[in-house]
Amino acid sequence: MSIKIENLNYIYGKGTAYEIKALRDINLAIEDGEFIGLIGHTGSGKSTLIQHLNGLIKADSGAIYVDGENIYQDGYSMKKLRGKVGLVFQYPEHQLFEVDVFSDVCFGPKNQGFSEEEAAKKARLALQSVGLSEKYYKQSPFELSGGQKRRAAIAGVLAMEPNVLILDEPMAGLDPKGRDEILDEIARLHRERHLTILLVSHSMEDVAKYADRLIVMNKGSVQFQGTPREVFSHYKELENIGLSAPQITYLMHALREKGFSVDVNASTIAEAKKSILKCLRANAEPEEV
Amino acid sequence: MIRDITIGQYYPADSVIHKLDPRVKLVGTMVFLVSLFLFQSFSGYIVATVFLGCVIKLSKVPLKFMLKGLKAVFILLLFSVVFNLFLTDGETLIPLVGKLRITKEGLRLAVFMAIRLVYLIVGTSIMTLTTTPNDLTDGLEKGLRPLKKIRVPVHEIAMMMSIALRFIPILLEETDKIMKAQMARGADFESGNFIQRAKNMIPILVPLFISAFRRANDLAMAMEARCYHGGEGRTKMKPLVYKTRDKMAYGTFVVYLLVVIGVNMVGRV
Amino acid sequence: MGIIKIKDLIYEYARHDDEGNVESVVRAVDNVNLDVKKGEFIAVLGHNGSGKSTMAKHINAILTPTEGTVWIAGKDTSKAENIWDIRQSSGMVFQNPDNQIIGTVVEEDVGFGPENIGVPTEDIWKRVDDALRAVGMTAYRHHSPNKLSGGQKQRVAIAGVVAMKPQCIVLDEPTAMLDPMGRKEVIATVRELNEKEHVTVILITHYMEEVIGADKVFVMDSGKVVMQGYPREIFSQVEKLKKYRLDVPQVTELAYELKQEGIPLTDGILTIEELVDELCRLKLKI
Repeated sequence: MSIKIENLNYIYGKGTAYEIKALRDINLAIEDGEFIGLIGHTGSGKSTLIQHLNGLIKADSGAIYVDGENIYQDGYSMKKLRGKVGLVFQYPEHQLFEVDVFSDVCFGPKNQGFSEEEAAKKARLALQSVGLSEKYYKQSPFELSGGQKRRAAIAGVLAMEPNVLILDEPMAGLDPKGRDEILDEIARLHRERHLTILLVSHSMEDVAKYADRLIVMNKGSVQFQGTPREVFSHYKELENIGLSAPQITYLMHALREKGFSVDVNASTIAEAKKSILKCLRANAEPEEV
Repeated sequence: MIRDITIGQYYPADSVIHKLDPRVKLVGTMVFLVSLFLFQSFSGYIVATVFLGCVIKLSKVPLKFMLKGLKAVFILLLFSVVFNLFLTDGETLIPLVGKLRITKEGLRLAVFMAIRLVYLIVGTSIMTLTTTPNDLTDGLEKGLRPLKKIRVPVHEIAMMMSIALRFIPILLEETDKIMKAQMARGADFESGNFIQRAKNMIPILVPLFISAFRRANDLAMAMEARCYHGGEGRTKMKPLVYKTRDKMAYGTFVVYLLVVIGVNMVGRV
Repeated sequence: MGIIKIKDLIYEYARHDDEGNVESVVRAVDNVNLDVKKGEFIAVLGHNGSGKSTMAKHINAILTPTEGTVWIAGKDTSKAENIWDIRQSSGMVFQNPDNQIIGTVVEEDVGFGPENIGVPTEDIWKRVDDALRAVGMTAYRHHSPNKLSGGQKQRVAIAGVVAMKPQCIVLDEPTAMLDPMGRKEVIATVRELNEKEHVTVILITHYMEEVIGADKVFVMDSGKVVMQGYPREIFSQVEKLKKYRLDVPQVTELAYELKQEGIPLTDGILTIEELVDELCRLKLKI
């Protein structure tokens, strides 16, 4: 499913003294099956943008086409949209409310109008895909550990079977292993269930590792977009807008300065390792000969 | 809409009213509120309007900002006006269907009620807009200190109020967030009958309560960690001391009250 | 004896079922020993639920030991008469910036602690001025905390502790809810307090970049201290850290992986500069 955003503008607190242009003339296209990393400094408009995609905020001007249909046209069902584009907020476990995990996950599909049985089927599938085993189904969501709560909450959105899954910092507050587990889970959903993923993150290392394409926002506009390699080649400009590149990028540039012929656009550990080894072995060879 | 409530919001500005001792402002507000219910005639309201106008002018808070607070109580205002307008006995002014009619007394009462309510809200807003919640509770704490003798936990009440005021904006923001998150899961807060709607609030209320409890728990711990142990042996960073302007303000209140009583007497004669 | 001394600390709490009967007893902290000298910068690492926060709460006498003893500046935390002295000499900063700021104006919040311990009014003002300057928040003293960024809020919380003139500060995951800029801000502030004001710091975190400059690192897992040493010693054990659900900075991991490939690098490389230097050295040899 594709999403196309055209000349989107949104002003926060319109008509008051606190007017802020939250989004300025956004033009973006998200293709079916992409894994996109959305990055930007706090207050750059990322959260505002993703809420537009789900119809929670209505733009002041511009259009959003989901599968070619303008979501602002008369009679377009926001409920239907929310079934297509799933949005997982930051700290989603704060929205759990039901007596047990399973009923909580059923909440979404039931709101969509599915019967108990259908909702239960969808909930089961969603809980399986986030890796929560059956023994947790009847437990109170408040008794789970932090990581499990987060999974249950993500399952709550997955159960609505969206084609696009937007996640606002799903790793926030988790420990390193917990972060990796959630990210791997998301990557698996992308791979196996062909979900289009839009991942909002502050971690450049994570988006470099997982995303096919990055969108960088600054002051309500799209500043850069492209593959992680392309985007992080602007590492100096990124710093000017309160962001940075992964540590690896800095390392590669430092090595290049010292005369190593390494790939400066490597942004993951795997890429860097390959490039450094190649460089070292190329240097070593003449002597071996 | 929740954001429109101005009561309890502080509007920073550098004005005489801002600088007044909170106790003075508390007493002043009380005096003003009492005066609103003393009036029997329109001339009285002219006095109140002049007084209120002067205070608003002095406070440097934009009138627009103050009136915004009225939006939140608009329904209440409408109700009381309608009730008074249609349900007061007296000389018929405009007959309507059946027994329903507008009477002269009804009209008078409705207008009085509306003015009273509006002035009441604007009057209290001035106090909260020009006084930081902390000052306000300080004022309450010190003003009510005599009650300590009859074992009223004045300090604790004041602390509770000040914490409540600090957390209101945070909880409002949180409500907004939870609401949006549930809407993203297809929840509908706008359709259905009253019972249905009330039921629909559960997905908002449960997370909100849990969050409020968690915050309360955290805060209690943070306060303890910073050696909070009640009002005993506590000093003040900003102790309340009356200055000349405070005494002058008290003088103004006395004059205002006298004028009010005077106008009332004249009105009656 | 150091400023903080923890001996054989055990902390247990009971879990209750629906009827209120004791279901099980959980041992959150299991036989921890710790000795911190004045002026040290100590980092405690551990995954969520490893017992590091529970341990930390003993340093401020928010919790008292089930078994064992904790002394802060020579005072036993389990004695009720010591509690206020202990809380004054060891301040605590918590994870959620919103839930620890009491005041509705920045400077009033910073003054809250001194007010509680009965500092005279003029003295409070001086302490508030100094504390705000120490964390670089003087310009925001009249602001409402609600309008600040996460990093700024945490700096205000730190100022609130600094104003009590503590000998040590415990920071319990102060950066967990912040963005990268906020994290840098807070860590820089803490570092400066340690270097300039010689405040002893106990930093609890699971962000590895933050502990690189620490004097000593402790790693906790299921209530026990499972690793301790200098950052370099700790970070050279990549596999072991991963076992404890932790991570290492990207350069450390890269260096580790290069070493696995037979590149003769030294153990526990922590910074970009170190790795660059090492690789340069190798290149020259070749």
